[in-house]
Amino acid sequence: MSRIGRHLISIDDLDRQGMERILDRAESFAEVSGREIKKVPALRGRTVVNLFYEASTRTSSSFELAAKRLSADVVNIRSAGSSVDKGESLKDTVQTLSAYDPAAIVIRSPHAGAAQLVAGWTPAAVINAGDGKHEHPTQALLDVFTLRRRLGSLDGTRIWIVGDVLHSRVARSNILALQRMGANVTVCGPPTLIPREIEALGCEAAVTLDRLEEADVVYVLRMQKERMHDAFVPSLREYAVRYQINAARLRPGQLLMHPGPVNRGVELSADAIDSPQALIGEQVKAGVAVRMAVLYELLVGSPALAAVA
Amino acid sequence: MHDSRLFSVDQAGATLLIRGAHVLDPRTDLDEPQDVLIQNGRIAELGAPGSLPAPDDGEAVEAAGKHLFPAFVDPHVHLRTPGQEYKEDLDTGTAAAAAGGFCAVIAMPNTDPVVDDAPILRSLIESARSQARVPVGFLASITRGLEGNDLTEMANLHDVGALGFTDDGKPVVSAGVLLKALQYQRLCGGVIALHEEDPALSRDGVMHEGAVSARLGMAGIPSVSESTMVARDAALAGYENGRVHFQHLSCVESVEAVALAKEAGIRVSAEASPHHLTLTDDVVRTLDSRMKMNPPLRSDADRRALVEALRTGVIDCVATDHAPHALHEKEVPFEQAPMGTIGLETAFPALFTELVLPGELELGIVIERMTSGGALYGLPTPRIATGEPANVCLVDLDAKFEVGAEGYVSRSQNCCFYGRTLHGRVLITVAAGAVAFRARLLAEAGAVAS
Repeated sequence: MSRIGRHLISIDDLDRQGMERILDRAESFAEVSGREIKKVPALRGRTVVNLFYEASTRTSSSFELAAKRLSADVVNIRSAGSSVDKGESLKDTVQTLSAYDPAAIVIRSPHAGAAQLVAGWTPAAVINAGDGKHEHPTQALLDVFTLRRRLGSLDGTRIWIVGDVLHSRVARSNILALQRMGANVTVCGPPTLIPREIEALGCEAAVTLDRLEEADVVYVLRMQKERMHDAFVPSLREYAVRYQINAARLRPGQLLMHPGPVNRGVELSADAIDSPQALIGEQVKAGVAVRMAVLYELLVGSPALAAVA
Repeated sequence: MHDSRLFSVDQAGATLLIRGAHVLDPRTDLDEPQDVLIQNGRIAELGAPGSLPAPDDGEAVEAAGKHLFPAFVDPHVHLRTPGQEYKEDLDTGTAAAAAGGFCAVIAMPNTDPVVDDAPILRSLIESARSQARVPVGFLASITRGLEGNDLTEMANLHDVGALGFTDDGKPVVSAGVLLKALQYQRLCGGVIALHEEDPALSRDGVMHEGAVSARLGMAGIPSVSESTMVARDAALAGYENGRVHFQHLSCVESVEAVALAKEAGIRVSAEASPHHLTLTDDVVRTLDSRMKMNPPLRSDADRRALVEALRTGVIDCVATDHAPHALHEKEVPFEQAPMGTIGLETAFPALFTELVLPGELELGIVIERMTSGGALYGLPTPRIATGEPANVCLVDLDAKFEVGAEGYVSRSQNCCFYGRTLHGRVLITVAAGAVAFRARLLAEAGAVAS
């Protein structure tokens, strides 16, 4: 029995078996990406709308490629220069786009809950490509995919998520997804950037890297420079001294991940980024296959059939 | 409710007999079935069920099995007039009050323009005289434009009819400004009501800071944002021997600060809202913007502390903080939505269903605390006793309804109790002697014999 909701808004829309079904599907699409003609006809004649209210390079391009490799017609809408720029409400924009009868709407918004609202306004399947600081479920799925490929299983692995947890939707989706796959998660960062009561999500919280060596995987978050203005950290220099992951802090055998884009010299040193322990390139590569799998499972894969199988 | 500082459409006093309802008024120790005769807007006679004849010039309502309470008083509503009538106005807001069993409400001055000047207050009073279905009292702002800097002409505003002063919607950030207002209060009178929040702590928060905000990734408003200001302002009130009222308390730390102030003999009072008394931040997990209000819904420990404080009297009264917003304003992601929930129509049913029925609070306490908010501002308290002005509400405690299923009397629909099944329907509200509300279903059921 596996559960995949009609939409993918939160990691909570998936149980472990549902996640595994998407990851298994992603494995077969990864094979497609290795072919000379990187295309399958699964979504031929269907439309996928990418609605991005926030700047994005890797997420938007990988969703676009994923839909195209499934042969869908793709419409990309960015807030700059669109009707959104002219003050149209999210609801009106979504209802207008729904008139084109898209099979799926992929939405990125600076506001928590935007994807859920969109799901209430359209008959299309809705995929959350990041809503505020809330969730980014496809990022977590591609991270799990990358780790599962490397480790076989996440059961019992210890994963440290290091950095600005407070402002990170990637951290939240990963805390949920990694634990659901059997990993133990510890978040670590300056106390000003660790949300109060984060332990309620089942993870541990640490304020120093003292116990970092216990980690099998070190997942480093982007340290956004704009956070400096609100005095969350006194300086990026002090942040780097305490929390930067560099070759000296990584123990042999530990795997290193980062959702990108990296601030070289802040949360990660160049020697760490370029070390063979880093999976950052593999994460990016996994993005297309995993997003193909998500589109496929929501739009083609029948949960009822899967339940029987 | 009659008072020279309450304003409504002038209506002839009603004459009607309410027959056999269970009358509950904690202040007059009534807790039994009675016939209640209202004549020309006053309670003329009480008697054993079936003992009073129907009046020749009025109707008789068969009310056996129903409850008759003193009508409620809400010391904290936003009627959005002047300036935001698309959310609510004096007519729709007071109609919602009547539908909720209220015989009087006190309107907040954070309108557009702000009620910070005598001409604005005068025109508002004139509007209330032609539109308000239940008596309305008004607070004026403490500072001009709610900007927290310069005091309003508080003495003049009090003379014109302001019951007191508040910058509600915003805190008085400067302790120095509040100290001046408290000193000036010795001249002008009137209660100073305070929305407590330290903006340096609440910042851009949109919900309670805790496990749920950690899960949702939304900026939290810590409970100390409120309680540190309650403690500060209680100290200022004590220093100046001022009279302050703390609005919409939301957390255990604030309750403790108010309790300490009261023990110290400082002249403070406090209110809590039905939503803070019955809901927690857990409902924000839905990301439904109806659950967004300021102060935010907090933890269950906070909620239980509020209920306990309401029982013991540390919190003096219930106030809805009825805050209407238009649908298009609320149909946006949670972080972008304005703060506020409507509450007049659901106040009693919510408290009865969520607190009285499960045994958390006695019905008599709920009635006492829902009728005591006016007295804090020097207004009379509704009582069921011979000779008193008729301010009563007839309620069917057995009747259930789904909130929102039949729409709202309020112009707005942003109700945090939306979709919940609540017990306790208001059937009739008599306010200042006139019938201000009568439930449709009562008429349809033929329960009213004329």
